[in-house]
Amino acid sequence: MLFGFLILLLCQFFGELIVRYLDWPFPGPVVGMVLLLVGLIINGGVPSGVRQASEGLLTYLALLFVPAGVGLMVHYNLIAADGLVIATALVLSTAVTLLVTGVLLNKLAAKHIDKESESGKQNG
Amino acid sequence: MENKMDDLSTLWVYLSASPIMSIMVTLAAFLVASQINRLAGGSAFLHPVIVAIAIIVAFLTLIDMNYQQYFEGAQFIHFLLGPATVALAVPLYDHLERVKQMFWPLMIACVSGIMTAALSTIVIVVGMGGSRETVLSLTPKSVTSPIAMGIAEKIGGYPSLTAGLVLVTGAIGCVIGPLLFKALKINDHSVQGFTMGLAAHGFGTAQSFAVSSVAGAFAGLAMGLTGMLSAFILPLVVRFLGV
Repeated sequence: MLFGFLILLLCQFFGELIVRYLDWPFPGPVVGMVLLLVGLIINGGVPSGVRQASEGLLTYLALLFVPAGVGLMVHYNLIAADGLVIATALVLSTAVTLLVTGVLLNKLAAKHIDKESESGKQNG
Repeated sequence: MENKMDDLSTLWVYLSASPIMSIMVTLAAFLVASQINRLAGGSAFLHPVIVAIAIIVAFLTLIDMNYQQYFEGAQFIHFLLGPATVALAVPLYDHLERVKQMFWPLMIACVSGIMTAALSTIVIVVGMGGSRETVLSLTPKSVTSPIAMGIAEKIGGYPSLTAGLVLVTGAIGCVIGPLLFKALKINDHSVQGFTMGLAAHGFGTAQSFAVSSVAGAFAGLAMGLTGMLSAFILPLVVRFLGV
């Protein structure tokens, strides 16, 4: 578990290092995720410590967003002024995005999905 | 008596300056919010994160603590977002074969989703006469918050406003997503997960993990991919449209 957590931090650390050094526009943890994925592929499996640490963190993923979200209180004035616009944009745009992505992927990936559900039927 | 009051207020000043206060408040608020959500039958309208934020904001206002003081302690929880993002590589590795099979459909769906999210936001906000700062702070709303904050800063929005709006977007996605899948008969967990991760980032990912590990893995993949591609695409879109 401790070993796993250290591995996660190491990946993040090198991710940050690469991002700073090459001046990339995305954050270190995302590059760290790619580093870990490459490491797991090379290793050919997930060490149990890494699995424990990652499952522990991902279980509480939602909690980790709370501190940043409380920052909304700083922008009370702008939210009050543009509240209706913001609410409309958030709801409509999120709905349209879900619709376009879901329908498109469902069509494009139909081949793989059908194959699986068919084999599922045969097995069942 | 007065001495005692003095002692108490010194103690209060000491405690509220130490991180323990913010961490305790954050954990307690999240537990209460989770309980409320459970009582409401798991409705995403009362998403635990949104309810927890509301409780904390109310509490901070009550005890007259500002956000900076709060964050000084809460940053220890916030910090764990980094290793948690790295940890997404594990479910992704577990489902690597599926991802390889569906590589091109996933890439095409991802770019289309990013463009839809950005363009629809810009059109709606500009159309309704929102301010320029609002447009630019809202454009990266479907991107996971650490990346969204970086993008907002780059294109001229308010990073901290973006961080909050990203969370609200996540909660909205958790409400609309499952309804939409039901109405459109989208039953495959990999498609559902990817769609949730793209439109509702970490919230969609957390919710997808509750559905199945396949859904969670694809949501995590969509979140990471959307974040990386958005970091390139959104600044170009904003420049091209001259927002």
